Amino acid sequence: MSDVSLFTATRRSLLTLAAAAAITLPGIVSADDPLKVGFVYVGPVGDHGWTYRHDIGRQAIEAEFGDKVETTFVESVPEGADAERVIRRLASSGHGLIFTTSFGYMNPTVKVAKQFPDVKFEHATGYKRADNVSTYSARFYEGRAVIGTMAGMMTKTNTIGYIASFPIPEVVRGINAFSIAMRKVNPDAEIKVIWVNTWYDPGKEADAAKTLIDQGADIITQHTDSPAPLQVAEERGVLGFGQASDMSAFAPQAQLTSIIDDWDPYYIERTQAVLDGTWESVDTWRGIDSGMVGFPEYGPNVPDDVKAAAELVREGIVDGTLHPFDGPINNQMGEQIVAAGERLDDGVLLGMDYYVEGVQGSLPK
Amino acid sequence: MIQLKKRANPSVLMGYLAPVIALGMTLVAGFLLFAVLGVPIGEAFKAYFIEPVSDLYGLAELGVKAAPLIMIAAALSLGFRAGIWNIGAEGQLILGGICGGAVALAFYEVEAFYVLPLMCLAGIAGGMAWAAIPALLRTTVNANEILTSLMLTYVASLLLSFLVHGPLRDPDGFNFPESRLFHDAATLPLVLSGTRLHIGAPIAILVALLAWVLLSRTLLGFALRVNGDAPKAARHTGFGQGQLVWFSLLFTGAMAGLAGLFEVAGPIGQLNPVISPGYGFTAIIVAFLGRLHPVGVVFAGLVMALSYLGGENAQIALNMPLAVTGVFQGMLLFFLLAADVLIHYRIVFGQERRA
Repeated sequence: MSDVSLFTATRRSLLTLAAAAAITLPGIVSADDPLKVGFVYVGPVGDHGWTYRHDIGRQAIEAEFGDKVETTFVESVPEGADAERVIRRLASSGHGLIFTTSFGYMNPTVKVAKQFPDVKFEHATGYKRADNVSTYSARFYEGRAVIGTMAGMMTKTNTIGYIASFPIPEVVRGINAFSIAMRKVNPDAEIKVIWVNTWYDPGKEADAAKTLIDQGADIITQHTDSPAPLQVAEERGVLGFGQASDMSAFAPQAQLTSIIDDWDPYYIERTQAVLDGTWESVDTWRGIDSGMVGFPEYGPNVPDDVKAAAELVREGIVDGTLHPFDGPINNQMGEQIVAAGERLDDGVLLGMDYYVEGVQGSLPK
Repeated sequence: MIQLKKRANPSVLMGYLAPVIALGMTLVAGFLLFAVLGVPIGEAFKAYFIEPVSDLYGLAELGVKAAPLIMIAAALSLGFRAGIWNIGAEGQLILGGICGGAVALAFYEVEAFYVLPLMCLAGIAGGMAWAAIPALLRTTVNANEILTSLMLTYVASLLLSFLVHGPLRDPDGFNFPESRLFHDAATLPLVLSGTRLHIGAPIAILVALLAWVLLSRTLLGFALRVNGDAPKAARHTGFGQGQLVWFSLLFTGAMAGLAGLFEVAGPIGQLNPVISPGYGFTAIIVAFLGRLHPVGVVFAGLVMALSYLGGENAQIALNMPLAVTGVFQGMLLFFLLAADVLIHYRIVFGQERRA
């Protein structure tokens, strides 16, 4: 034990020296002074979904930059009054780059950023930016178009169960992209949606999956973060899709494929920019073509024709010949809202608050 | 065989010392835990208990976190003393936030001195209205208030979710589920500028003092205490069982509602789908940790708040997992309950001979 404290003491005095050097030479960062990169997570790192993938991104930063960076994370931070304190604590403890990885951290991030103009902030899925606040997100809906195509071809009951978190545009957009793609290959298929009002609650997610299967769904998909729905699908002998990460370990038979969030390249790029002093506030929204949205190997139950169709959609999205929101698109009443040949633009997608044809029920308002 | 035998005269002194002993045992067990995790004990102690409150901002944050806990727990301890179990303070808090927040949004164009007091009144009214439902059900059809108040919590949180997804949603917010940010006139004044410490903190201390005076110096307080020990005897104090139920629930509802309004008008500054990380439930632990004594509750609230702040800081400073915070809080409660059992019972090994 005494060895440990000796080591700590030595390291601390070195750090103090480095800090003193930084103070005496403003603007020059010592080469020994690592950039501290902080992460705020909404769930536990072991959720095997959303937060898990952000933490993989954090580890990618460590692997890429080694001694040049030091990373820190705080997990399961409630979206509310607590978030501001955690973000501020990271900013005031010498972190130069802070990723806040849930929508509910938007206002606290902007607030803290005002008090720490020299710290760079990156907020995931939000829309408020500042000189030192960037926003970033992935075009997950492109992935939904791929899995929607697969579901439409594979469902026998023509009923898909969709476990949704909160009725925000991102989630609604995913449901609609799924439905449009599904209806293209199977005009009789319908989506049943259950809103669980949480991002991560394995119990609630599993209950929703059971209810959907009892209502006749033979394929389950989800916009929540735990593998629980897939595990239920595996038990009940139905099929499903993973969320945010490859969940095949939890459902080797049931997982057809998954939509993987790959933040690694973005996180490395942004860290590099801070190290180089070239960081600027930007709004990033990338899709399959950049690799921010990816897919694992197909599951064992995916027939070849379904694989081929899925690949076609994926390639079409990558080369731009296909867009998940190409017309014609009908609303729930069957009335055309986007004509053939037209395409919804990002502005409409970012505020989407209605269901398209193929989705049952009404959007909670 | 090991048996527990009831003590004839439980020690009063030990009753007050129990939380201190539990805290000490938690620290000892915590040190063992850190040793097993390979974290230097000194560093861990510093990260948990010193660093979070080592500057003015940290101390202010302690107040921000403790204020709602103290305010609700002080009120809860009155009812718990009387054997009236309002488990739904969380729901009453949410309703207070909703009602007060709705006033702030209704007066969005008005920057006047009366907006904030109006919000406070609305918050109190909202909490009271939500608590009145279990009170009414208890006094009319004798429905258990534990169940009704707890279930109404879920109704409250869904109601909040509905409102921020619909009627109270920010019209310029891309349909994201949150209200507009409140105006300056609709946010709480700060006690310390440069921090988030708002007037809710001193008010929470006042509430605790008020609850103390009420409990120890008034006939109503006497009736509440008697009701907990001997409900039938309480009638002779002049207060009926129904009156005590109504008072307990409405008082906690009012305080929880005000605490909820303070959250939305203070550190949050708007209505969100989630406005409390479970303050209403944590306050139950705080009430018991504080020995159901309004003054004890102040200290218990600060200890509990520090355990949250320390948990966050230990993650940042030492990369310790969040679960350690949960283990700390669990151990604290475990040792407290164990101490309580040993105050009221003694352990008898083997078959005790009958005298």
